[in-house]
Amino acid sequence: MSHDANIGAATKGRARVSPLDWLLHSPLALPLVGLIVVSVLMAFASDNFFTVNNILNVLRQVSVVGILAVGMTFVILTGGIDLSVGAVMALSGTIAAGLMVNMGLPGGVGLAAALLVGLGLGLFNGVLVAWGKMPAIIVTLATMGMARGLGLIYSGGYPISGLPSWVSWFGVGRIGIIPVPVIIMLVVYALAWVLLQRTPFGRHVYAIGGNETAARLSGVRTRMVKLAVFAISGVTASLAAIVLTGRLMSGQPNAGVGFELDAIAAVVLGGTAIAGGRGLILGTLIGAVLLGILNNGLNLMGINPYMQDVIKGMIILLAIYIGREWR
Amino acid sequence: MLELKEIRKSFGRIEVLHGVDLHVRAGEVHALLGENGAGKSTLMKIVSGIIQPSAGRIIVDGQDRSFATYDEAIAAGIGIVFQEFSLIPYLTAVENMFLAREIKTPLGLLDRKAMRRRAQEILQKLEVDLPLDVPIARLSVAEQQFVEIAKALSLDARILVLDEPTATLTPSEVEHLFKVMRELRAAGVAIVFISHHLEEIFEICDRITVLRDGEYVGSCDVAEVNTDRLVEMMVGRRIENSFPPKPAPHPDAKVVLEVEEVQLRRGGPVSSFQLRAGEILGFAGLVGSGRTETVLSILGAYSAARCKVRIGGVEKRLRDPADGLAHGIGLLPESRKEQGLITSFSILQNVSLNNYGKYRQGHWFIDFKKELACTQDAMEQVRVKSQGARARVDTLSGGNQQKVVIARWLNHDMQILIFDEPTRGIDVGAKAEIYQLMRNFTAQGYAIIMISSELPEVIGMSDRVCVFRSGGIVATVEGDAITSEEIMTHATTGRVDHVA
Repeated sequence: MSHDANIGAATKGRARVSPLDWLLHSPLALPLVGLIVVSVLMAFASDNFFTVNNILNVLRQVSVVGILAVGMTFVILTGGIDLSVGAVMALSGTIAAGLMVNMGLPGGVGLAAALLVGLGLGLFNGVLVAWGKMPAIIVTLATMGMARGLGLIYSGGYPISGLPSWVSWFGVGRIGIIPVPVIIMLVVYALAWVLLQRTPFGRHVYAIGGNETAARLSGVRTRMVKLAVFAISGVTASLAAIVLTGRLMSGQPNAGVGFELDAIAAVVLGGTAIAGGRGLILGTLIGAVLLGILNNGLNLMGINPYMQDVIKGMIILLAIYIGREWR
Repeated sequence: MLELKEIRKSFGRIEVLHGVDLHVRAGEVHALLGENGAGKSTLMKIVSGIIQPSAGRIIVDGQDRSFATYDEAIAAGIGIVFQEFSLIPYLTAVENMFLAREIKTPLGLLDRKAMRRRAQEILQKLEVDLPLDVPIARLSVAEQQFVEIAKALSLDARILVLDEPTATLTPSEVEHLFKVMRELRAAGVAIVFISHHLEEIFEICDRITVLRDGEYVGSCDVAEVNTDRLVEMMVGRRIENSFPPKPAPHPDAKVVLEVEEVQLRRGGPVSSFQLRAGEILGFAGLVGSGRTETVLSILGAYSAARCKVRIGGVEKRLRDPADGLAHGIGLLPESRKEQGLITSFSILQNVSLNNYGKYRQGHWFIDFKKELACTQDAMEQVRVKSQGARARVDTLSGGNQQKVVIARWLNHDMQILIFDEPTRGIDVGAKAEIYQLMRNFTAQGYAIIMISSELPEVIGMSDRVCVFRSGGIVATVEGDAITSEEIMTHATTGRVDHVA
């Protein structure tokens, strides 16, 4: 009868998997190779690249997009996409700054408000996608426009500055030699890893990306899971807003334009399938750092910023092309 | 006309075809038989140039041929209608038939009239009447199949391969298909026919070739064999009776599910039925008669116009299959690839998908050890044959995949299992195992609803049968009244199109 099983057993009888073998078959293989190649190239191109200071600097610069990319990973793993993260981040930061500066409310209220704005817009996206059955790309495109507009209305189009000095701790502070934003980013990644790999919720995220119908028919509350991933994306956007506000020391309604694309690029460079179901959060971290190194390296080399965008675009295309061949 | 000699095919180091012969003559319908995984599809892919044999000869009209691509096979007069159609759903029948070889006017524009005329000619020859100007997606499966056949004929196919064409057809549609096949046969076309329904083989085929595990078992005339002999050739042993005995009925068994009324569409028929513990309730009817929609409505996965349900005597409104899970109703969906399995997941992850409540660690986290133990236990209960719980599900055979989906429900406190076409596309041996499992479940007190389009299965397995027609239940039969005539009469408004 089922001779398939026997055939399989006879040929696929590799008993142990060496760590190298595991790595080669893991979705992390290509992102890691990319990271190493780009780092080595940058090290040759610039003497300043491989210094502790520069590496910490790269990580600090990466932190905002890196945090956005965590929420984006959740959404993309379910087969969705969130284009609103950059605008949500700007709105969160602007409102937090406004509450602290203009209304003189305590800092805690401002931070809580930032998180609530992100959570609220994330839930808004999630409800429309999961219950409204609208495509995520359109819903979040609309939210992106609305959030950006609301931020400009609230601030009158000008940055809101004059924040209490402690806010800068989130953006430029250090614990030991490690920048605070890097610590925040790593904590967010660690939490995401636990959620995705150790909890039923994480399995459900992957299941929905793999086959939403099957997941639903087997009793997974797919709409709740989709709501949750958009909520997570909203919250990570407001965490990114706190870091960014601390760095800029102002609430900028025009901040983060195009950051959603950098976040998507980090996720995809990290080996996550854009159709969902496959990918690792560690890959996203590698993808984000890879992007950061490119930015940093191209700057160190003194390349024209407009040219940098072109080069980054080409590298993303190349990476995806190689990844396609690899599978 | 078409001759294959000593065809071998290896994928990597695994040889899947070990020297297969096939000899198809002009003007005959030749059945290719074998269980799933016997190598039928692989062989047909070789014939049509989609994959290349590792060794052996392909002889067409006495000449040695080798096809590097599908197009080369088409040029040699081979047409193939796959199980999954290759039609574009949004294009019309005519557009599909002439896809990529459109007839053009001298100006290079589409010559719609000429294409339409040509399409009509071919369909007329087949005595098939179908709408030419609507998207293919709106045609029935049978009509789509005729479009596929017409497409192959428009390419001057003289050798036509039909891969399980009857799997999703209603009996009257099957009759129509057979009529078309007979006409083609009379016109000298050689047809290779793949089917799991042995009665169809006896009805339409002239000769038979049987494969088993990639080996050539033999060829013979249909007249020389009977069903028992064929099954024996296919599985290498005799299967006496694949249906386990039905236990004596318990008329006072507890009613676990009472569907007071379900109406699929506004203005449609309203149905009601009861399900008792320990019984198998068969849902018979033609494809599209509302059986699947009815069970999905009960589960909350289909929005019916009305649906009133009592579970264990208490009125319940289920809004999501997750509610079904909470109330002890589990589903084995109709299509295991599209609705049942997460193909990128391992067996373990597929089984534990809806089970995490059972193995939490510190409330929030998955207890991986318990997960593995519970899954292995469930896999053992349904006897999944695999390389272990961590193997990917897409490495399993159809029958074993089906068992994985069943296993998902066994770690729960379930009362009701709904099996939608539980044996579609799985081989004879696996079917018998699934049947035995279902009886084991009812013996443990589960109540089962089984939707099936195979009459012998409905008759052999059901304690009672609800017959569906156009969206509602038209009759419920039990005991000795469960006969194919009775069921088909109700399912087709008194006309008996086809008696299996």
